[in-house]
Amino acid sequence: MNTESLGSIFLNAALVNNFVLAYFLGICPFLGVSGKIETASKMGGAVMFVMLISSMCAYGIHAFLVAINAPYLQLISFIVVIASTVQLVEMFIKKMSPSLFRSLGIFLPLITTNCAILGVALFQTNKGYEFLESVVYALGAGVGFTLALLLIAGLREQLNFADVPGISKGTALTLFIAGILSLCFMGFAGLGAQ
Amino acid sequence: MSNDHTSSKQKATSTDEFIKGLWRDNPVFVQVLGMCPVLAVSNTAENALAMGLATAFVLLMSNILVSLLRNFIPKQVRIASYILIIATFVTVTDYAIQAISVELYKSLGAFISLIVVNCLILSRAEAFASKNTVWKSILDALGMGIGFTFALFCLGAVREILGNGSIFDFALFPEGFQNWIVMILPAGGFFTLAAWLLIINVFQTRKIKS
Repeated sequence: MNTESLGSIFLNAALVNNFVLAYFLGICPFLGVSGKIETASKMGGAVMFVMLISSMCAYGIHAFLVAINAPYLQLISFIVVIASTVQLVEMFIKKMSPSLFRSLGIFLPLITTNCAILGVALFQTNKGYEFLESVVYALGAGVGFTLALLLIAGLREQLNFADVPGISKGTALTLFIAGILSLCFMGFAGLGAQ
Repeated sequence: MSNDHTSSKQKATSTDEFIKGLWRDNPVFVQVLGMCPVLAVSNTAENALAMGLATAFVLLMSNILVSLLRNFIPKQVRIASYILIIATFVTVTDYAIQAISVELYKSLGAFISLIVVNCLILSRAEAFASKNTVWKSILDALGMGIGFTFALFCLGAVREILGNGSIFDFALFPEGFQNWIVMILPAGGFFTLAAWLLIINVFQTRKIKS
């Protein structure tokens, strides 16, 4: 049906249509946990993992729902799958690394309400991707998300030492930086065009 | 997540529950919740208004249902139940918008389905509706919903006026006005919201000083 190569799907999801900076998905963790590079990279990893799993499940669910002719259940079943994957990741991290568990805090369960993950599941269905394409798409989106998170975390670490006007401290400043980053990412637009 | 000063300190009156969402605890400008749709669909005033109303509707319905069921939902599975309730109403809204206007449905795209993961709705269900009576939850949802729509409209209007030279598709400027293309691009969303936050910060610092 579509002729995109796997490579271009990956590049598209990671850079050209970066989920955070072009689609505005996953802004909450983007603003919330982007204070330190270390936390940001771990958060990125967790999100990427959940994205991959839920993307595979979403492909299966979509096929099943088409088979039983019940497309109106799509949204509800997607969100249930994502919520249970997050629960699984949460238990895993709690067991493996309690310190990481504490540093991610409330943002770990909030991955459930990370629009980027549901976004991947919905977009891949809308675009009619095959299984392998879906996985590559989810991987690209995850890499793009982590990249954006790391970039902004690096900038914010430096900003701690900068002398900024009092009124722009906090969210407003982060949003300005995000805007400038988003402008930079538009430079990638030429990469994706066929 | 939310800062309900009134409900923690004293018995809040019904009007307080309604008013707080409009300005003092405005979900977008003060609490910075539910950012994704705010930035993504606020490129024109019309889209912004439609998105705000859709979100307000889902917020109202889910707040009512969560508040009605608050004594029946076991504590351990409450988040999952809330999300299911929200997803149901979003599906309803999704089909309703598709029936009302296909054009609008196309321009909002997948962002209608993404109302499910709007942190604002879940946080109101968890922080307010699960602990308060139905009447108060309705007021809270109405206040928050209107506050959210208002904020979205503020963003959408600015972006459409500067980026497209029009408001509600009605041309504002004479020929020769150079549109600020950047405002309709994703970057413009970040800049506009940041500018609004700056303005609000200025007001608040002034209030504290005086």
